[in-house]
This record gives sequence, C-alpha cells and structure tokens, in this order.
Amino acid sequence: MKPWRTLGLKLTVAVGAVALVTIAIFALVSSRSDNRALLAEVERHANQLSEAVKSSTEFDMLLNQRDRISETVRRIGQDPSIQRIRVMNKTGEVIYSSDSAEIGRSLDKNAEACTLCHKADEPLEHVDIAQRTRVYRVHPDSQRLLGIINPIYNTLTCSSASCHYHPRAQKVLGVLDVTLPLTEVDKAIRQGQVEVGMLALASFITLSVLIGLLVRRWVTLPVQRLAEGTRHVAGGDLSYVIPEVRDDELGMLARSFNNMTQRLSEARLQLVQSDKLASLGRLAAGVAHEINNPLTGVLTYSSFLQKRTKDQPEVQEDLKVIVRETIRCREIVKSLLDFARQSVPKKGQAAINEIIARAASVVENQLQLNHVKLVQALDADVPPVTVDANQMQQVFINLFVNASDAIGPDGGGGTITVATSRLKLSPIGITQVKKAQCPKRHSLINAEVRIDNKPSIRVRARSEGSEGFIYRDPMYGMARHQFGIAPEPGMHVEVTCPECSSSLNVHGAPCPECGAATFQFEVPGKGFVEGCTNRACTWQRWTDLEKGGDKDFIEIRVRDTGSGIAHEEIPRIFEPFYSTKGQKGNGLGLAVIWGIIDNHNGSISVESEVGVGTTFIIRIPVEP
Amino acid sequence: MKPTRDILVVDDETVITHAVQRVCSADGLTVDCAVDAAEGMGRVLRTGYRLIISDVMMADVDGFAFLTDLRRRRIPTPVILTTGMSTVQNAVRALGAGAIDFIPKPFTSDELIASVRRGLVYARLQAEAEASSRDARPDSIAWVPPPPSYYRLGYASWLMQERDGSAKVGVTDLFLRTVDSVQALTLAAVGEELVQGSSCATLKAADGLEHVLLCPVSGQVVEVNAAVVATPGGLERDPYFEGWLYRVLPSELQYDLQHLTACSSDRM
Repeated sequence: MKPWRTLGLKLTVAVGAVALVTIAIFALVSSRSDNRALLAEVERHANQLSEAVKSSTEFDMLLNQRDRISETVRRIGQDPSIQRIRVMNKTGEVIYSSDSAEIGRSLDKNAEACTLCHKADEPLEHVDIAQRTRVYRVHPDSQRLLGIINPIYNTLTCSSASCHYHPRAQKVLGVLDVTLPLTEVDKAIRQGQVEVGMLALASFITLSVLIGLLVRRWVTLPVQRLAEGTRHVAGGDLSYVIPEVRDDELGMLARSFNNMTQRLSEARLQLVQSDKLASLGRLAAGVAHEINNPLTGVLTYSSFLQKRTKDQPEVQEDLKVIVRETIRCREIVKSLLDFARQSVPKKGQAAINEIIARAASVVENQLQLNHVKLVQALDADVPPVTVDANQMQQVFINLFVNASDAIGPDGGGGTITVATSRLKLSPIGITQVKKAQCPKRHSLINAEVRIDNKPSIRVRARSEGSEGFIYRDPMYGMARHQFGIAPEPGMHVEVTCPECSSSLNVHGAPCPECGAATFQFEVPGKGFVEGCTNRACTWQRWTDLEKGGDKDFIEIRVRDTGSGIAHEEIPRIFEPFYSTKGQKGNGLGLAVIWGIIDNHNGSISVESEVGVGTTFIIRIPVEP
Repeated sequence: MKPTRDILVVDDETVITHAVQRVCSADGLTVDCAVDAAEGMGRVLRTGYRLIISDVMMADVDGFAFLTDLRRRRIPTPVILTTGMSTVQNAVRALGAGAIDFIPKPFTSDELIASVRRGLVYARLQAEAEASSRDARPDSIAWVPPPPSYYRLGYASWLMQERDGSAKVGVTDLFLRTVDSVQALTLAAVGEELVQGSSCATLKAADGLEHVLLCPVSGQVVEVNAAVVATPGGLERDPYFEGWLYRVLPSELQYDLQHLTACSSDRM
C-alpha cells in the first residue's frame, strides 16, 4: 500500500487538520480580543491625555493667552509617545499644534475623520468616545496612529469671560485632536500573534505525532497483524493464530478471526475427510476386487503347494511364509473394505459407558504390558445412545491402543483417562437431512449433486414455462441451495417430486419472510422440512427438529499422557494410511474411527501438545 | 440331465479358474472353466454339472443374475458364489439368493476344497431327496430340517428367537451331513460380537478340513454351549435343541431377519 493511503496517515492528517483549524480559530479570536483590549487601553490613555491637555489649557483660553496655549501644546506634544496635539476652531482651521507647520491650515470637513460629526455641514454637539476615536495610517506603509478628538464646549465661563469672544448660542468652540502612535501596541500585537502561531504549530506537531504513534499502536499494527493473518489463511495455513490480542474492538476482531480460522480448520478437516473417505470408499471397493483376484491365485496355489509338499520341510517353511503373508494381505484388504463402510452400521440402544468398559477389558492386557493405567471417569447419568455398539467399541479400542502406543513401552508408563459427559448443542447447522421423500414415498436424496460433499435434496420446480431442479442443502440451518431455475420474483413456483410429479407446494402458506410460495418434503419419522421457492430467501422450517430445542449429545474425552502430536500433523491424522507407528500400524485406525463417528452423525476432534499428551473429543447425538 | 462332470467354475479371471481347476483336479474332481456367465450357461446346458462355482462380478451379468437365470431354467445345480468384494453384505445376499455357500476371495486351497466337498455332498443329498420323493419313500429322510419357528441363513446356520429377546444360534442337520463327522469345534467367547454373514464357528472334520459357519445374526454372545464344545458328537445327535452353539443378544434383529429364510416355508 502506498504510504499516503494508509489509514494511520489519513487519521493523523485528519485529526491534525481539525486540531489546526481549532487552534487557528482560537488564536484568531484570542488575538482579536487582545488587540481590542490593547486598543481600548490606548484609547483610554489618549482620552485622559486629551482631557489633561484640555484642562491645562482651559484657563489660558479663558484669558485668551494664545502664546501660553501654543507653548503648552508644543511642550506636551514633544513627548515621544505623542504624535501630535492640535486644536481646531469651529471652521476647521488649526489654531494650535505641536507641529507648528500645521498652524493656520484649514482641514477639510469632508475628510474621513471629520465626516462623522460634520454630516450635516454643522459640527455635532455630542459625540461619544468610540466615535471620537479613529485608527488610521497616513500612508499605507507608515505606522498606525490613534487619533482622538475632544470637542471644546462653550461653557458658561467662556461666554461670560471678559474677552467674550464666543457668543452664547454657540455650543462647540473647537476641537482638540490628540494623535498617538500605535507602534508599541502594534509590536505587542505582532508578538502575541507570533506566540500564538508558534503555540498552534507546536500543538499541531505534538498532536499529530502523538496521534500518529497511538494510531500506529492501536490501529496500524493490529490491522497489519490481521492482514498478516488473512494472508496466511489465504495461503492455506488455517493453523495461524494472530498473536498479542488487545482488549479493544480490533482485539475483538482478531479474536473472532482466530476463532473463525479454528472453526474453519475443523470444518475443513471434516470436509476433506468426508471427501477423502467417499472417494476412498469407491476406491477401496474397486481395489478390493482388483487385488483379491490376483491374491486368490497366490493364496490358492501357495496353500495347495504347501499341502502337497508336506514331506519337504525346507520348502514348507518358505511356503508357510507366503501363505501367512498373503493371508495378511487378505486381512488388510478386508479392513479396507470394512473401512469403506460397506457394512451398514447396525445401531441399537446402548450404554456408552458399558461399551467403553468392554473396550477397556479388551485392551486391558496390552495396557498392562505397557504399564499404562486406564482411568475411567464415566458419568453414570449419561443417557443410552443409539449406536452400533460393535463399531463404537472398535472406536474406543483403537483410541486406547493408539494412546498406549503414544505413551510407549518404555518411559515408565502413563495414564489414559476416558471421561463421558452429557451436553446440549443446537441441532441447527449440524443436522444432516439424510432421508427425504415426497407424499408417494419417492426418495428426493440426490447423490450426484453434492453440497458440502453431502447428497443434496432434489425437487423439480416449474414457473411460467421454465423448469429445472432445486438442490437443497442437506445441512439443516445452512442455505447453500443450488437453483437450476431462476424464477422471477413474485412469480408462483410449482414444486414437484422429480419422479412422480406429486405437488410438494404448501398451499395458502406463503413464506413468512418474503411471501413467496413454500414447499415441503417429509423426513421419514422426523416430520416435514419446509422451504421457500425464492432463491434469495433463506427461510426454512423443520418444526419437529426445532421444537426439540437444543439436542442432547454425549461427549467422550480420551486423554493420554503420551508423546503428543505435532501441531502440523494434527490435520493429517485422520487420513487413511497416515501412520506414525511405522511397521506397527497400517494407518487405518483413526480413519476407521472417523468413518464410524461420521456414520453416527457425530464429530471427532483432537487437542494435543507435544510432550504433554493428546485428547480426543467425540460427540455423539443421543437421538439418532 | 444327469450330471457327467463334477464342477463348472465361472470367473473372468483365468488365474482363478485355473487355480480352482488345479486344486479340485488334485482332489480327483473333473472341472471345466468358463470366463463369463454366457459361456457358463452354454456349458451347463450342454453338460450337466454337480456343482457350479461362480464369481459375482463378471463382465456380462453378475453372479446373482446367473444364479437366477439357472433357477429360471429349472437347473437345480447348487451354486457357490465367490467374490473379491468380500463383504458380509455380499455373503448374506448370496446365501439369501439361494447360493449354497459364499467363499470370499482370496481363499486357500483348503477353504476351497472344504466348500467344494460340502457342495458336492449337498448336491448328492438333494438328488437323493428328489429321487426318494419321486419314488414316494417318505420314510427315508435324507436330513432333518429345522423346526418351523426357526430361521436359517442359507442351508447352514439357524436362528431361534427366545421369548426373552435373546436368540439361539446353531448349525443345521443338512450342513452337518455335508461335513465329514465333526471332530472339534471352535467357537467365539462370551462377550464377543458376532456379525451376520461373518464366520462364527469352525468345524474341524474327520478329513482334516475346517468348515466355516456363517453367523445368521449380529449380536453379542452371552452364552456358549460348553457341552457341545466338549463333545462335538452331540451336535449331530440333536442339532436343533441340545446342539445349539450360542445364545446371543441380537443388536439389529429386524434388519437381520430380512436376509434369513423362515423354516416354515421349507415344508410347503
């Protein structure tokens, strides 16, 4: 991924930008308010100054001592913090000024600073302080100035003074104009602005780095680990576990990812097994026939020869080996055939604890020889199950022998613990519809189209002239149906038995989820399964199954303290002919177990740790 | 047609027909071979045989169809079926279809000879019984059939249901007559599981051959008749009552009964 496309960078930039805008607005507002406060202070100072000038010249004015006034104005105006002080008369003529060159000049009443009071060509009599102040520049490049005008009113003392220069009717005699430079203020404002800017920049950088680091730690790295996990899973390694899972949402995702891969790995194991077993079943049947014929030639001739050479001991010995080994081949092929489940399991009610005890007694001697102790932690309350006792006994014998072999003859023995318990599991998603029939008892099971490697349920569907088959998922609760017809939504679909064309539609009972037509088929002895004809709808109902709620299972755990199975070997142990025992085993034991458990609608899984031991977990439904 | 030859062996594998021919010829029997059912049928129609050994899986029709065809043509020659698909289902099916024996491949020469000798005796007994019924000599009974309430697998083993749900298993008089005097009996132990169609007993005859009895029912052995093991002669004296072999707790009786023949039908 390009670095600028990463979530971390995007988040960092986004958060940084938001922070930047926020800080900028804050800085702007703060700088403006500072600006205003400073200006107000200067204004107040200018006003004070203006009042002071006015007061200090008032007496001289009354006496009409123009030289003194002029001198006072000039002296005060010499202060470097004052730009200029001047007094204008009512006609706008400058009569006193700290800038002597200005005296006698007449000001334009239309100049911006004057217009406020002189809108009506007449000087205003009352102007408040805000209006009396102005901030301006003489030239765009020059410094800012603050000017304040202070009207000189015609007071009683003026009109009654001896000079009596001003008629009584006149309200304003002139204007005192004080101008202060804003150099210092502007400097302070600029400095403030720089400080705020620096602060904003520092905050932005710190925040960005911090966010970047946190995003990397909380988001980028966990996401990278997740991505790494998906790459492993995509590459087929379902045993990959995402390490260092945190306690947040991404941690939740990682945990559910780990959980998913584990489930997936189990499901794949079961899937691969059933696939392999199905092909192996067909293969075994063919191989058995093909191999048994030539073996017959070998066995018949060699045994015949053995009988006819009884007087030749040296030949007898050799022939004995041939006959014995050929009979061994016969047993192997027979076990292949048994494994291919040509034999229908003969199921009946049986107590699993008794079967385990029987199996234990069969292997007792062998376990004793290996110094292996078999502990039976059997729950006396487990209900009887419908199983093929013979086959189940085989399962436990095989497991005990395997466990004993894993513990080994040397090394001071070990312990096998077999425990039974009862548990409840939801039947939805784990129950396979193995029999399905139309009202005339034609089987709807179709072995050619398999879903999840299990024979599907085939019905014929007809809608508006088009016709095809619908293959229903045999695993109830899953909806991986295959439609050989694509009926228009809202169109009525007629569903029939492919063999006798009996209608399977349920009339007057539209799908509660989408309203399309529904159909049903019978699972002999287990009620009806209803389904929807809309391919986009997953609704289905199996009242008999669902009303039972969670189903009872018996769980049998066989734990040993043996050498354990390496993690990478676990997926292969149920494969036919996979053996770690070398000469000792033919590698069919666990595959046979798998076949038997599958035949009983059960499941088998394994947990193992090298050097610690192995636990096989078998779950068998109590009801068949 | 009066049989002129002893055995016809039908198998698409010549190594097998030759092996059977070799072993049986050494036993003093006349043997012909055929590679498929059509050739076999041609030979049967031209030449009478005392016994036919047929493979189940052949190129044209299978052994079951061949057997049915023979019976349809009213040829009573006993048939032994053999197959490489040596499953208990095939064994049960073969016996249910009317074969007198089922030999799973591969077999030893002794297993073959044991089955062939029984078959030939069976053929002889059948012929004698037919002759005696033709001559209306009901007093000369060739063998005693099982009581009507019994069931049998082929002609060899019988099953009797007890009221308490258990079942007794034994060997028929006809089977014992095809065996040359039982000298020893090897049985399964109490607690073992028997499977219908698989071996449940070995009868050692005076001629040294071992005869395998296929079990009529699946289930757990709860009792073994010790008396009959101790004195196998008792078996031939009373095969249906004192001479029982096992008491069994059947695991799938209803399923197993479908493949058994009710002995009540033998007397009609």
